[in-house]
Amino acid sequence: MIVSLNWLSALLGVDLTPAEVAERLAMLGEPVERVEPVHQDLTGIVVGVVERVARHPNADRLWLCAVNNGVEVLDVVCGAPTVETGGKYPYAAVGSTLPGGAKLKGRKIRGVKSNGMLCSEHELALGTDESGILLLDTDAPAGTPLLDVLAVGDYRLDVEVTPNRPDLLCHRGVARDLGAVLGKPVKLTTIPGAPPHTETPVRSATMGSVGGVEVSVEDVSGCPRYMAAVIRGIEVRPSPDWLQRRLASIGQRPINNVVDATNHILFELNQPLHAFDLAKLAGPKIVVRRALDNEPITTLDGERRRLNSAMTAICDARGPVAVGGVMGGQSSEVSEQTTDVVLECAYFDPKRIRATRRTLRISTEASYRFERGTDLQGMPDALRRAVGMVIAVAGGSEAGPPVDVYPSPTKAVTIFLRPERVTQVLGVELPRAEIEGYLTSLGFTVAPKDGRIAVHVPGWRPDVTGEEDLIEELARLRGYDTFPSEMGPLRPSSVPDDPGYRLEARMRRILTGRGLHEARGISLGPKSGDSAQAVLNPLSAEEAYLRTDLTAGLVRAVEHNWSVRERDIRLFEIGTVFHAAAEGERPQEDRMVAGVITGSRMPAHWSESGVSVDFDGWDVKSLLEEVARAAGSKAVMTDSGGRWVLGGPSGEELGWAGPLEVDGPSWAAGVFGFEVRLTNRDAVTTRFATLPSTPPVTRDLALLLPDGVTAAQVGEVVVRCGGKLLESADIFDEYRGAEIGGRSVAWRLVFRAATRTLRDKEVDAAVTNILGALRKQLGVERRET
Amino acid sequence: MSEQSPNDQFLAVERTIGEIQHADGARLAELRVDLLGRKAGRLTQILRSLSSLPSEERRVVGLRANDLKREIESALASRESEVASRKASKQVADLTMPGRSAWRGAIHPVTAVVDEICEIFRDLGFTRVSGPEAETQEYNFTKLNISLDHPAADMQDTMFLSPGIVMRTHTSPVQARTMEQYEPPIRIVVPGLVYRRDAFDASHAPVFEQIEGLVVDEGVSFVDFKAAIDFFVKRFFSKTTAVRFRPSFFPFTEPSAEVDVKWGDGWLEIMGAGMVHPAVLENCGIDSERYTGYAFGMGPHRITMLRHGIPDIRLLFQNDMRFLGQFVE
Repeated sequence: MIVSLNWLSALLGVDLTPAEVAERLAMLGEPVERVEPVHQDLTGIVVGVVERVARHPNADRLWLCAVNNGVEVLDVVCGAPTVETGGKYPYAAVGSTLPGGAKLKGRKIRGVKSNGMLCSEHELALGTDESGILLLDTDAPAGTPLLDVLAVGDYRLDVEVTPNRPDLLCHRGVARDLGAVLGKPVKLTTIPGAPPHTETPVRSATMGSVGGVEVSVEDVSGCPRYMAAVIRGIEVRPSPDWLQRRLASIGQRPINNVVDATNHILFELNQPLHAFDLAKLAGPKIVVRRALDNEPITTLDGERRRLNSAMTAICDARGPVAVGGVMGGQSSEVSEQTTDVVLECAYFDPKRIRATRRTLRISTEASYRFERGTDLQGMPDALRRAVGMVIAVAGGSEAGPPVDVYPSPTKAVTIFLRPERVTQVLGVELPRAEIEGYLTSLGFTVAPKDGRIAVHVPGWRPDVTGEEDLIEELARLRGYDTFPSEMGPLRPSSVPDDPGYRLEARMRRILTGRGLHEARGISLGPKSGDSAQAVLNPLSAEEAYLRTDLTAGLVRAVEHNWSVRERDIRLFEIGTVFHAAAEGERPQEDRMVAGVITGSRMPAHWSESGVSVDFDGWDVKSLLEEVARAAGSKAVMTDSGGRWVLGGPSGEELGWAGPLEVDGPSWAAGVFGFEVRLTNRDAVTTRFATLPSTPPVTRDLALLLPDGVTAAQVGEVVVRCGGKLLESADIFDEYRGAEIGGRSVAWRLVFRAATRTLRDKEVDAAVTNILGALRKQLGVERRET
Repeated sequence: MSEQSPNDQFLAVERTIGEIQHADGARLAELRVDLLGRKAGRLTQILRSLSSLPSEERRVVGLRANDLKREIESALASRESEVASRKASKQVADLTMPGRSAWRGAIHPVTAVVDEICEIFRDLGFTRVSGPEAETQEYNFTKLNISLDHPAADMQDTMFLSPGIVMRTHTSPVQARTMEQYEPPIRIVVPGLVYRRDAFDASHAPVFEQIEGLVVDEGVSFVDFKAAIDFFVKRFFSKTTAVRFRPSFFPFTEPSAEVDVKWGDGWLEIMGAGMVHPAVLENCGIDSERYTGYAFGMGPHRITMLRHGIPDIRLLFQNDMRFLGQFVE
């Protein structure tokens, strides 16, 4: 909402500074997002005093003025005959910019150099008069900025209005809140030229008539109250300067006196109005009814629109002349030929307007306000002021008392406020007088009622419906900063921690320890797999689905890093993936951890002549193993199609690791990835194992593995047959060569007895047992050297 | 010493060989005398004692002693030449050469901020919970006192999945889920991703992190709310950071507040908050006459940008190694 500082000052009868208003409004919950001086384009213009006027030596219709600009006296060529010695005029220096963006140059006019320019009202975009230079009636000395001299100096404040506060969408509303903290009442200014009296509206239940126009309301739920006045004998022309300037001060383009008058009321009182050209209304009558499906109307913006039966149409005897509460129709638009107008002042149902403007995809100043709720009780005052303003600026007179179709008048809302509840919520006991003071300063009326306070809510505050709303008003007016910040005793939460976050923290520690950076992607992407859940209203095709895995996003991150010439990339992510469920049900969500690695396994070091080894599949396999262990997963690792698969206890796939096919630049290394579902969320508690005090005995076995026999199979036999004395069995070498006829894998077996030193004989027996079993079960032989 | 068996003597000598590889010039000379000295060299003594052994043992020990002698001589010679060449070129190890490093991974700065915030609230008795990212309209809006018929619903542009199912626009639905499941006292923080139909630009992302906080108990007032937030700001920013509470509007709190912190010459908004609206408590089966509470929500992405001076939110989603590497601890 754009607010003019001068307008606010006029309503409160005080001079306000923009900084003060911005600060006060912020602390009332109405932050000012921007403050800008009005007529910023005039900041370079100063008061110039004409010290001499002489005829231009080479031209009859030009004058040569000596202008004092506060610093020096310069020659300025001028075409207007009215410039007088001693007069003060707006002076634009060479190099300054005039409204419209033209930059002033020093130039010779008929052989005489002109240093700048004296300006007319038109040249300054302050009005339409271009006949002469604007004579300034001021005591200010030469050189004073023009904006300090002319009454046009003003500030435009962009006030952020929350959706619950329609009353703040007008100057009176903002002034009311401001006045409540400043202790100043709001008083509407008198309209110059308005008639002293206007007709009192006549209320009726379903229909009435004014000035020969029959008004009836059929759609009472969509339009609970409809008022109309008729003014005859007006003359449509540009508005007087004060009105034009006022609208311009809030960035509104003046149109004509009738439209400008209704706009003034809109921005002053928050009551949208509409003026129909009476001559163009068939009947003449106005019928407020539901639109018919597909009923056409051409709105003021020139669009041909189709209405439907969920909308309220304002119709004449032929058909719709306006979309109720949203936009008028072209057929009954006020034009320069208009002499008689019907002024509509209505209340439209907020939900109806919201649905209508969404269907039609338009939002207007009117629909914005009706959608948030206008003041049902304030309508007669708004219409009265509107009639006065139209007559003041366009002439004419009222053709009889306005109609007021208001079938079931609603009473003001009354709320019973309990002072003890105020204390319970705010933590501070507010004296009753203070409570009543705050509320009355905002226009609420209060009365005692059995230890409670009966509060009547004014019509402009549709947001206030309950006790809590009043308590907020009290806190707001008292000022949030006036409440102490004291920590009271507190009881611990009854809610247990989500175990997932500890598991995820553990994953982060492990993976950062392994040199991977934590990535954070977005959960949206292109379709990946049949189970992908689509977004109904995506922003783009690239973000039209929820992700079904984390790896795809990490691969995109690898590609990004390649694009900035990073070769060594190590990333992991912990996040949610989604699988579509039936329509109307939430998709399945799984927490996952995934990682990608590519490039050097270690940072290059000079001692190795800068040569480093790249990651391979064995690196990613160990990441998978570590992650599985940290997740407490009793998973079984199998390899399938060139990658490792982590199977859960009942055979489901919990994760995988392996190489990834990614097209990279020629200098890129192979990419390896893993992804694991985080299912077991319990932390694993380490059980202490007694530290051995006896010495180990080590035996190295080089074993020849026939084709098709895996290390895992061998390991299983070794462990099974090694007996209780076998402490560990690890692979430390692999050799492949024709001379040994295939593949040899070397194991280091460590034997130990917990309480005594082993004898060689016992170990030899165990090794013999292992070798026997290997030979028999797998055909594995010991390699002879 | 003569009591030692030949085997023990061998082992003692073998242990000394390791030392040769690291010895400096002076120590090398000592070792040469100690091992191979004509009179008392340990290996010399072993060889000298051979004559007193039985013949087959003499052969085994003799072979081993000669192998060992060759090994010692070669080790001494190689180390002596190394030491000599280093001396010749006056080469001393250049300790300014870079050390050998390993890759170090970084926690994402947003995660670090989330964890830090949650830990601060843990000191005030808050536990940490989570909830689904895809929500029903019921939990995302209705139970939180947000009517889709009201313009307040437009404050958040929503992504829909199917009729009645949305991507949560805030972590507030977890408030409702928690209140339905647990009795007061409730003190929780809820970090998690939220979704808005906003295109990426320097300050907007369609997906971003939010931390919701909720307290419900008897006797919880606006004063307690202010104290908790004040505690948080002083701990997270600094002891001297000024805090400002401004009125605002959220459908699920009343009174509602925006919390600003002093940042340079101005104020920066860091969270939306307020006293839990009684309608929200009642919607979740909590007696709003007996219990009151407060709730707050803040955006770790924005706070991360503030804290580290990151100018563009997209940097937090790009996963650029050069960016993430800056946050290695």
